[in-house]
Amino acid sequence: MNIHFFLPELALLAGCLLAFCMTIGKAGKKAMRGAVFCAALAYTLAAVLALPFKGSLFYDAYRVDLFSQMVKCVMGAGFCLMLLFGGEIKGIEGDVKAEYYFFLLTALLGLTLLVSSVELITLFIALELSSYSLYLLVPMRSAPDGQTWHVEAAVKYLFFGVASSGIMLFGISWIFGLTGTTYLSTILPVLHTVSSQPVGVMALVMLLCGMFFKLAVFPFHFWTPDVYQGASNETTAFISALPKVAAVAVMARFCALAAPDSIALPTLLTVLSVCSMFYGNLTALVQKDVKRMLGFSGIAHAGYILLGMVTLKAWGFATALYYGIGYLFMMLTAFLVLYTVAPNGGNVSVKNLNGLSRRSPLLAFIMTVSMFALAGIPPFAGFMGKFMLLTSAYNSGYVLLVIIAAINTAIGIYYYLQVVRAVYAEDDTSSAGAPLTTEAGTRVAGICLVGITLALGIMPETVVSMAYKAMQAAW
Amino acid sequence: MQFLSMNTSGFPILSVLIFLPLAGAAILPLLGSKKQARIWTLLITLVNGALSLPLFYDFSLHSAQYQFAEHHSWIASFNINYTLGVDGISLLLVLMTTLIMPLCVLGSWKYIQSRVKEFMICLLVMETSMLGVFMALDLVLFYIFWEAMLIPMFLLIAVWGGPRKTYASIKFFLYTLAGSVFLLVAIVALYVHEGTFSIPALMGQQYAANFQLLIFLAFFLAFAIKVPMFPFHTWLPAAHVEAPTAGSVILASVLLKMGTYGFMRFCLPITPDATVTLMPALQWLSIAGILYGGFTALAQQDMKKLIAYSSVGHMGFVTLGIFALDQRGLEGAVLQMVNHGITTGALFLCVGMLYERNHSRELSAAAGLGRFMPIYVTYLTVFSLSSLAFPGTNSFVGEFMILAGAFFNNKIVAACAIPGAVLAAAYMLRMLQRVVWGGTNNPDQSKLWDLGWRETVTLAPLLIFVFWIGLAPEPFLRVMRPSLTHLLVQTGYHAPQTQALAEFFAR
Repeated sequence: MNIHFFLPELALLAGCLLAFCMTIGKAGKKAMRGAVFCAALAYTLAAVLALPFKGSLFYDAYRVDLFSQMVKCVMGAGFCLMLLFGGEIKGIEGDVKAEYYFFLLTALLGLTLLVSSVELITLFIALELSSYSLYLLVPMRSAPDGQTWHVEAAVKYLFFGVASSGIMLFGISWIFGLTGTTYLSTILPVLHTVSSQPVGVMALVMLLCGMFFKLAVFPFHFWTPDVYQGASNETTAFISALPKVAAVAVMARFCALAAPDSIALPTLLTVLSVCSMFYGNLTALVQKDVKRMLGFSGIAHAGYILLGMVTLKAWGFATALYYGIGYLFMMLTAFLVLYTVAPNGGNVSVKNLNGLSRRSPLLAFIMTVSMFALAGIPPFAGFMGKFMLLTSAYNSGYVLLVIIAAINTAIGIYYYLQVVRAVYAEDDTSSAGAPLTTEAGTRVAGICLVGITLALGIMPETVVSMAYKAMQAAW
Repeated sequence: MQFLSMNTSGFPILSVLIFLPLAGAAILPLLGSKKQARIWTLLITLVNGALSLPLFYDFSLHSAQYQFAEHHSWIASFNINYTLGVDGISLLLVLMTTLIMPLCVLGSWKYIQSRVKEFMICLLVMETSMLGVFMALDLVLFYIFWEAMLIPMFLLIAVWGGPRKTYASIKFFLYTLAGSVFLLVAIVALYVHEGTFSIPALMGQQYAANFQLLIFLAFFLAFAIKVPMFPFHTWLPAAHVEAPTAGSVILASVLLKMGTYGFMRFCLPITPDATVTLMPALQWLSIAGILYGGFTALAQQDMKKLIAYSSVGHMGFVTLGIFALDQRGLEGAVLQMVNHGITTGALFLCVGMLYERNHSRELSAAAGLGRFMPIYVTYLTVFSLSSLAFPGTNSFVGEFMILAGAFFNNKIVAACAIPGAVLAAAYMLRMLQRVVWGGTNNPDQSKLWDLGWRETVTLAPLLIFVFWIGLAPEPFLRVMRPSLTHLLVQTGYHAPQTQALAEFFAR
């Protein structure tokens, strides 16, 4: 076993252990934050160094390749930037702040294991590790007296998550029944022959349910708006960005299990995609709470990502992965602003953003970039991602789906624009407060995120061709 | 890449023109005072204008090729290239853009007092994307500039606009974007069909009639909204009225031209048969725009609204010239695109200057200025006469050529456009009469002061162009002629397909 293949995970494990010890010792918050940041940085660096590695670990249940390492790099970078958001976590109960960091790390560890697992039970356990960490993170929010949103959100999240996991486990048992194995590499040749039969399709769809839940695809989206709204800003930033990109990656692995000429699976994915896009966009139109709005828009974005999945081709998966990566950074960009602006870690409504450009021009600019990027306006990552997704879907003959996606893009603009308008509005001075002072870390993180969003949009070549190579390497 | 000719010393003049304003915008936040920001922006736009002049002199007049071309691979996996070039159609529009920009800066010198730096950044980013639209020869590059332009324009209206800026800015953005997403689908469809995004490579290909029709409709939606053609014009008056002066000038002078430019650059050469088949409908839509714009302008009390609606009418003339598919009509259309940019831009600047003085754009509030603002009134008169196509001014040449082309193509259609010219005279003279001499109960205008040297200098170049093009249009027509001839050859090339499409509709 090549231990250096496992270095990113080891860094994270060490971080978890350290954080765990520190929770017992009730270490200072600053020390805790520093330790977690160091662990995350070590994880990211190890993942970057591990990019060229290729091999298997743990009796072939765990695979290290360009595909998995690339996603790990992205998640690591996103996590590091997230830690730079503000001086200190604001929206969390004072006495569980240490534990909060610990569970953040275990959630990341779960996601990391998830993208490398090529054995269904390992994969399931990884998924549960990340999910349960997140279930625990949600109710840690410090809410004003009498408010129980966060508890309600956590319960909702737990129930939907557990139900989806159950269905997924059921799917795994079917797959095992059909193929007699839980190793993806041995499932592949067998499932190709049965994936056109109803039983094969059903098994695959049930297997995908876990990912649909993580990605918030219609009809597994019900938790999304409530959890986004109920969880603290930092938790929502994590939930909205990191699990999504992991889910896209794993979903690509699963969809590749289907035979390329399969009809049932693309049809189903097409229906889910259309429903997600319309449902997400139309409901987002009327939201007042920015996090809730981003939650609904996340459902729509999941619909866009499915555009790449329906093609069942490596190229389509690669563009979906590219979009997922872009989405991670766009969401973090938006949350950086929400996090900084939020009064005492509370929720931010569109009205609260009124006149932000007076209070902090930099934050206003960052928010504008993230909104235009999410809306898919060039030259930001969102546009390139959508463009490539549309191209790969059109290339596979899904013309109508492409047109529907285009219409949805236009609908989506409206609510993103409302945010931009509010940021630059001057007509309402009632909510405009004193100038916001931003910490150096926030500024650095914000500029980095804007830079990444822009660079991904202008120079997508590196990432997308890497994703394509990774998709090919994944098999 | 036989369509790209290099007639420079290899200096990437087009890239410099595009990205110099962006670089200037990047430096702006570092500057200290408002005044420095203004001067810096003026300097950048002036330098860009000066740099664009050699284009006009080095342009080879006997070639329909794309000149000053640049070609670099950009996103290889999608065969997307960074290809730039100008031909006779885009050259004049590029020059007009670089000419207008310094005037926009001068025009907002005093008008914009809050967030000056941000305003100037928006203007410079705007210039970058507008020049990019006219120079891009790759569909993705084109689309990126086309859409990126919306961001600064949205901010210009939403932040520095009038009382209903929110409504106007969001309406503007949504309308134009809703059209553009179909353009994106068409671009993707063309790519999947041909495997390239190169605009020259996509021209003159043989596409099936049905495919052409769908592509044309997608293109049409995007461009017709931008022009705006009747009945897609409803965003325009709101945007014009609420935008700050510079925003209105840019909207009228450059942004509207992008729609008609798109028709010429894409619809005619890429989907010629669909264009020919739908020609009558498009001509009648143009006529509807001309008449509708004229009548509504006649009813306006707000000067900005009046000019905005007159734009609908003038742009109707331009689309009429394009879809006459006649050499004279096309030449007139391109010339009229430039003319409208100059004249309407100037009129919006005039209205802005008046608004700075008495904080009203109502005709009644401006009545009787003649005695107190002689320089201003002189300018206003000349530009109004140009707008109504008075002989000797630039618009006369353009409109005359368009009508000549239209008559050659279809006498009934052309005859229906004539009332439009009469209407233009009616609403412009009505405005002039009210503003210069005023009604019976004149407000006291003695507190108003005449144009200062900055304002005089702002309007002077436009005045020169009004008469230059009006009296000696040949230097400008000469530039565009080979490209337009080539365009017509490309459009009329596929007679059998046109026939098939006509039969398809007859069934």
